Amino acid sequence: MRITAEGLSWSASGTPVLRRVDLDIAPGETVGLIGPNGSGKSSLLRCLAGLRVPDAGTVRYDGVPVRDLGARGIARRVAFVAQDSALDTDLRVADVVGLGRTPFRDRWRGPDAYDRAVVAAALDRVGLTGLAGRPWKGLSGGERQRAHIARAFAQQPYGLLLDEPTNHLDVKHQLQLMELLAGAERTVLVALHDLTLAARHCDRLLLVHDGLLVASGAPADVLTCENLARVFEVDAELSADALGRPAVSYRGPLRDPAPRSAHRSAHRQGTP
Amino acid sequence: MFADLLHPAARAPGAAAAAPYAPLPQPRARARTGMLLAQGLVLAASVAAATRIGSADVGWTDLGRVLGARLGLGTEPLPPLLDSLVWDLRLPRVLMAALVGASLAVCGTVLQAVTRNALADPYLLGVSSGAGAGAVTVVVLGFGAGTLGITGGALAGALLAFAGLLLLLRRTGLDSVRIVLTGVVVGQLFTALTSLVLMASADADTTRAVTHWLLGSMAPARWDAVVVCAVVTPLGLAAALLCANALDGLAFGADTAASLGIGVRRTRMLLLVVTAVLTSVAVATVGAIGFVGLIVPHGVRFLAGPLHRVLLPHAALAGAVFLVWTDALARVAFAPREVPVGVITALIGVPLFLLVLRRRGEL
Repeated sequence: MRITAEGLSWSASGTPVLRRVDLDIAPGETVGLIGPNGSGKSSLLRCLAGLRVPDAGTVRYDGVPVRDLGARGIARRVAFVAQDSALDTDLRVADVVGLGRTPFRDRWRGPDAYDRAVVAAALDRVGLTGLAGRPWKGLSGGERQRAHIARAFAQQPYGLLLDEPTNHLDVKHQLQLMELLAGAERTVLVALHDLTLAARHCDRLLLVHDGLLVASGAPADVLTCENLARVFEVDAELSADALGRPAVSYRGPLRDPAPRSAHRSAHRQGTP
Repeated sequence: MFADLLHPAARAPGAAAAAPYAPLPQPRARARTGMLLAQGLVLAASVAAATRIGSADVGWTDLGRVLGARLGLGTEPLPPLLDSLVWDLRLPRVLMAALVGASLAVCGTVLQAVTRNALADPYLLGVSSGAGAGAVTVVVLGFGAGTLGITGGALAGALLAFAGLLLLLRRTGLDSVRIVLTGVVVGQLFTALTSLVLMASADADTTRAVTHWLLGSMAPARWDAVVVCAVVTPLGLAAALLCANALDGLAFGADTAASLGIGVRRTRMLLLVVTAVLTSVAVATVGAIGFVGLIVPHGVRFLAGPLHRVLLPHAALAGAVFLVWTDALARVAFAPREVPVGVITALIGVPLFLLVLRRRGEL
């Protein structure tokens, strides 16, 4: 499924967060969304997932405007994984993963054998089969994150939109998750903080800064010293790994950062 | 066939058969149905037993004779006084307790899911106070008194309380711990308004009657109110059950729910109105009874699990049983004097409320 956006603008209580973003994600492509805190990554993901109505511009799935699909229509095409919200619920892990079957069921109907088979497959995919019956409260942050990924897969989605899913994961699980996403043969847009991880596993990177899409292309083209200095305000060194993918190491923050845009203070990380 | 059950292509019917994954076992499904039946039997037995308890003891045979005569089964009727006591006072009262208990437990379950707050309950969120203020205004100012007028006033008050709550929470959203504090504030406002209406325009007798009623008592329950409740309570439960999947999906907040195809705003509005209707029908007859909606869902979750399709009917039955027995206790604990049942539920509810707070690490 192809995900496109044309001239996407969105503002939160008068402050522009996204400004005329154009993007085109090809079917099966794994795209990393990178940018500093408050650059608009989360808002972009939410607009693409149909959770926010843009002030201007259109999001399309395979050419169909998202606003014509309805909440269920969107949910049957795209799964969205928000940053983990720690909370108090009595749900079990299998129940949480089973939520992914909601868009395919009548409102009052419970899960049937097919739903449970899909949940079993999703749990297996993220390696949580043994924890199916565990209460959510007893899970570690990493296990919760993987359960959310399983829930997204239980939606049998054509596209996956994920907001920093590698948070709370240890290195092994980060690598496993990224391999899972890259090998899933779905259209994937994943917001990431770890630039080297993004470069290793993504076909393409989108770099956002102050609500603008400032660079898009192969990891080696997007991760340049100039871009990292300008957008992330860091002094970075780039090397290539054995497969020619860029790896980022940092000398430190820039001593004399470029003057910040007046809008920055309004962009809080994780603004809902 | 598709080995990958998680691929969109596997949505085609028959894909599951080819998939290598056995469905997760669901061992408790049958047990839960059995539990529901058992709870139904407990409720029926409780209603029958509680009907015997009170200022005048009624034997099992007396109960059978009243029912037989009234339902036209041709049994010999009781003396008119005893017959009237059972049929006109005791029975409607016990049935009302069952219906109101079920209503309040459903309201509490729904509100806890909609607000993602384990402490939500119509009483704590000020909805009961709103309904009380509306009902009292109708009674004291006298326009359209009578069951329907009072219920209408209560409904208007309950909806106003919800509107106030939503207005105060519009910046933080419903997914907030602040909701209970805000609810308490709204409740205080409506309690003050009730007092104002009473002081300004009611005589001493009305004030005393209204005060007693607002504490929550099943004594005024008559058949007309029972019939209204018997219609509204199942409808409310059915509406909540229709939203059962949405209530589960709300566990991770509005965005995640919406991404699962749930119409979050519409579901919330529908359920808040349902809650307001259930609460106001209860308050209009038996006053504001607190804590039933808070503690019953918590207790039932241990038995029925957190999924609302199962939880809601269990909560309704458990709430009914709970209030039938608390009301029976209210009748006999300080006999011949009767304690408002709201006082008893509060005495039981407050320690449990503190227990919930402690379990959540907020105390």
